[in-house]
Amino acid sequence: MTGFLLAAAGFVLAMVALGLVRILRGPGNADRLMAAQLMGTGGIATLLLLGAATDVPATRDAALTLALLAIFATVAFVKGIPAADDPDRTQESE
Amino acid sequence: MSLVLDVFSIAAICAGAFFFLAGTAGLLRFPDALTRLHALTKADNLGLGLVVLGLLPRAGGVLPALKLIAIWLLVLLASAIVSQLIGRAARRESRLQ
Amino acid sequence: MSWTLALEAGLAALVLGVAVWTLSVRQTFAAVVAFVVYGLALTLVWVRLSALDVALTEAAIGSGLTGVLLLGAAARLRATEADAVAERPGAGVRAAAAALAALVALALAAALLYLPEPAHTLAPAAMAELPATGMRNAVTGVLMAYRAADTLLEKVVVLISLIGVWSLAQDKLWGGRPGLLHHADPDGALAFLARRLPPVGIVAGIYIAWLGADQPGGAFPGGTIIAAMWLLAMMAGVTDAPPISRRWLRLVLVAGPAVFLAVGFSGFFTAGAFLAYPVAYAKALIVVIEVGMVLTIAATLGLLMAGPPERSDKP
Repeated sequence: MTGFLLAAAGFVLAMVALGLVRILRGPGNADRLMAAQLMGTGGIATLLLLGAATDVPATRDAALTLALLAIFATVAFVKGIPAADDPDRTQESE
Repeated sequence: MSLVLDVFSIAAICAGAFFFLAGTAGLLRFPDALTRLHALTKADNLGLGLVVLGLLPRAGGVLPALKLIAIWLLVLLASAIVSQLIGRAARRESRLQ
Repeated sequence: MSWTLALEAGLAALVLGVAVWTLSVRQTFAAVVAFVVYGLALTLVWVRLSALDVALTEAAIGSGLTGVLLLGAAARLRATEADAVAERPGAGVRAAAAALAALVALALAAALLYLPEPAHTLAPAAMAELPATGMRNAVTGVLMAYRAADTLLEKVVVLISLIGVWSLAQDKLWGGRPGLLHHADPDGALAFLARRLPPVGIVAGIYIAWLGADQPGGAFPGGTIIAAMWLLAMMAGVTDAPPISRRWLRLVLVAGPAVFLAVGFSGFFTAGAFLAYPVAYAKALIVVIEVGMVLTIAATLGLLMAGPPERSDKP
């Protein structure tokens, strides 16, 4: 069971890595926005599987922190996208 | 009983891993930022949900199990909102080009 | 090859790959996104190294908040970005930089590989004295008891850096509100998130801060999560950055170091030295310090990210 959980964690990590290769390059910034989301969700799945495999319950707290901060980072990216046509985006309505 | 739970865990986690695979396949193959966004948020969240489901029997108590579900609900809320924001940004960018 | 080794090799490859990408991509925004991904991946590395307190802090500060800081810097540098991207340093400079980086990496690798075996460590001594501090988490014991003076100085340094950021304001704007005003459609998705998430995030932050006594966690990751929630609310326009001249704000900012100092000085009377805790009250005193620290860290980090005052407070 531990071996299976580790293998599952490794598989999810490999999927995240593959996805990152694609969207970090992605033409345009909209693709790159998704990178934090991908790493966040995949990272949480990997952490939860690792935590169950190594029987360290505190890993769940790390997954919780990762979840909150990945959300925050993605929102910050969306607000911080360089937009060619409006210089002070922060004062534009959503 | 624990054998049944183990089989359930393995089945759910395998299904979750499959959805992660599907999500990444979508990321690699879809032509457009919006379609890639769809693949990412729908598939990865379902994948995470199934992984959480598979880990529930191994959580060791009601409170840790609730924590796992809370993490999943948080990610679900986040990606629902975030897909809106990213989708809007993607449309704005494609309109500028 | 065991699964563990394969997993760790894959993780190392991922971290290295993202790091190389961060350095080589030319647009600032893309580089910042890659940096945040790098930080999130590094969290997994820390977990594999059984350093969960560091993992929590990495997720909180190393990726989330530092990413926002870099985004803010990138926004201010937008005007010169085209020139910066077009500039290519000469071959000589690049060769020298590569040589220097390789030298540092080799030195680190040598230091790591030639560590004496068994490594000199104070860990058994630290663990032996831990019950006297009332903590069960060794990291918190080190931070709050054995090396409490370090932690106190760090808090003061963070406060001083905030004052440094504030000093970048124009004279006539001193005392005003940091950053520009953010607008968001009050019925829109972002405002919805900024109303639903912060309560959950604040509870999670307090939970992780409270957990630090017995398990990985502590005031620093907890306070950072709360700061991130405050920043989220500010970014969505749900709340506005407070003017820096407000007294309550300044009280919250100094609460952490002030409580820390007070407990430290009381140590002269109760246990004979600065920052000494009487054994019976050690845990209670540390908890009191941590409450102050959570407030100060949340407020300070939030304001650091918000930037110097850019709007006058006077109508």
